[in-house]
Amino acid sequence: MTALTTPLATIGRPVLAALAAIGRVALFAAQVVSHLLRPPFYPREFLHALMHIGWFSLPVVGLTAVFTGGALALQIYSGGARFNAEAVVPSIVAIGMVRELGPVLGGLMVAARVASSIAAEIGTMKVTEQIDALVTLSTNPIKYLAVPRVLAATLAVPVLVGVGDAIGIAGGWLVGVNRLGFNSTVYLQNTYDFLETWDVVSGLWKGAAFGFIVALMGCYHGMNSGRGAQGVGAATKAAVVGASVLILATNYILTELFFSA
Amino acid sequence: MITLTDVTKTFGRNRVLRGVNLTIPSGQSMVIIGGSGTGKSVLLKCILGLGRHDGGSITLDGQDVTKGDRDAFLARFGMLFQGGALFDSLRVWENVAFRLMRGPAKRPKLEAREIAIEKLRRVGLKPEVADLYPAELSGGMQKRVGLARAIAAEPEIIFFDEPTTGLDPIMAGVINDLIREIVTEMGATAMTITHDMSSVRAIADRVAMLHDGVIQWTGPIADLDITPDPYVQQFIHGRATGPIAAVR
Repeated sequence: MTALTTPLATIGRPVLAALAAIGRVALFAAQVVSHLLRPPFYPREFLHALMHIGWFSLPVVGLTAVFTGGALALQIYSGGARFNAEAVVPSIVAIGMVRELGPVLGGLMVAARVASSIAAEIGTMKVTEQIDALVTLSTNPIKYLAVPRVLAATLAVPVLVGVGDAIGIAGGWLVGVNRLGFNSTVYLQNTYDFLETWDVVSGLWKGAAFGFIVALMGCYHGMNSGRGAQGVGAATKAAVVGASVLILATNYILTELFFSA
Repeated sequence: MITLTDVTKTFGRNRVLRGVNLTIPSGQSMVIIGGSGTGKSVLLKCILGLGRHDGGSITLDGQDVTKGDRDAFLARFGMLFQGGALFDSLRVWENVAFRLMRGPAKRPKLEAREIAIEKLRRVGLKPEVADLYPAELSGGMQKRVGLARAIAAEPEIIFFDEPTTGLDPIMAGVINDLIREIVTEMGATAMTITHDMSSVRAIADRVAMLHDGVIQWTGPIADLDITPDPYVQQFIHGRATGPIAAVR
């Protein structure tokens, strides 16, 4: 009997642990959402988070986008040359950036930068009893710490994605015109003609979902951080890994929802 | 009056509190002593609701602390945390005036700042400190700011968690004197957790010793040195031998 149950238990334990973790994150998300529309509100914390998550993430998102757009143009040109389809470079760069690479790479870069910093900041607050202090000062930590960050990320990441899309397309245009010999006007006209509004809007919706995930995972792992420097380090790692995996999984689900025939 | 009856708290297999019975009369300063890891901070957090006790009851003026309006309950308390627990992202005066800038006790910003500066002055800090960030202060100054924050909204009950830990003897003496003065001046009920005997003698009206999850002894400060209780005697004289195991 033991020989039969031991392997099952070996599989069952992590599965149950994973389900429990999913449940805890879902409950935390429900708490955050439920506090979004209920006062008190903390506009100062929201604006601070908006600046930190949105404005200060622009350089990293912009650099990622410009290099990705350039590399994408080279790849499509080289691949398209196999069946004389080099002319599709502007349209494929545009669609690739706005539908997939802009939101996903932008989301992942924000996850690396923002989820880690939120988890480390809130984790340190937990370890140094600042979260307990908030409670004794009649302040709900979820409302004061998590809600402003989640709301700011949900609003800021689509804007970052939009800017990243434009910069990525510009990266493709730079390589296309200077390296691959495209006519500048024709390249831009092709991009403009090929893109549809929904291509761009779907990417922005993805950005909003990814922003929500990034801040949620940062706050959740920070608030559940273990003791000491090791606990904060583990929380930071878990926040980045969790946010990245969830972004990729959510991207697939949203792509199915938005584009499946 | 705070009354604890048969309070228990367990973490996994570790039974930290095994039936704590204690009464803290209004207007008195109660100091809880005990070795490291005996559950003193856990006890304090259970009273505040920062951790839920597993069994027994905790009442404040006859009302169960786990029931009723939580904000109104917490508004009666001020707390000085062991490490200060000041908010890094806020200036010193914003830390002190935190409760005064939100919730039912909300005041206009200028008034809240004035009160914060007054409280800083009360704990011996100059007004120039108000615009600094906590990271720019020494450990002793951070403790004073924490004390100013604890008394800013003039609470009825103040908790002090290891108020002198990490401070040099002179600064520890200053903090002890401040706590005694402020508690007397405000007529507040105070509960202090410490294993610093100089703090005990400076702050306490009554002392309780927590050991092995229960209150081993309680009595007025005047009886501390004359009690025959072997646990208390070993603890206050810092002896390695006695009923309290040196290695726990």
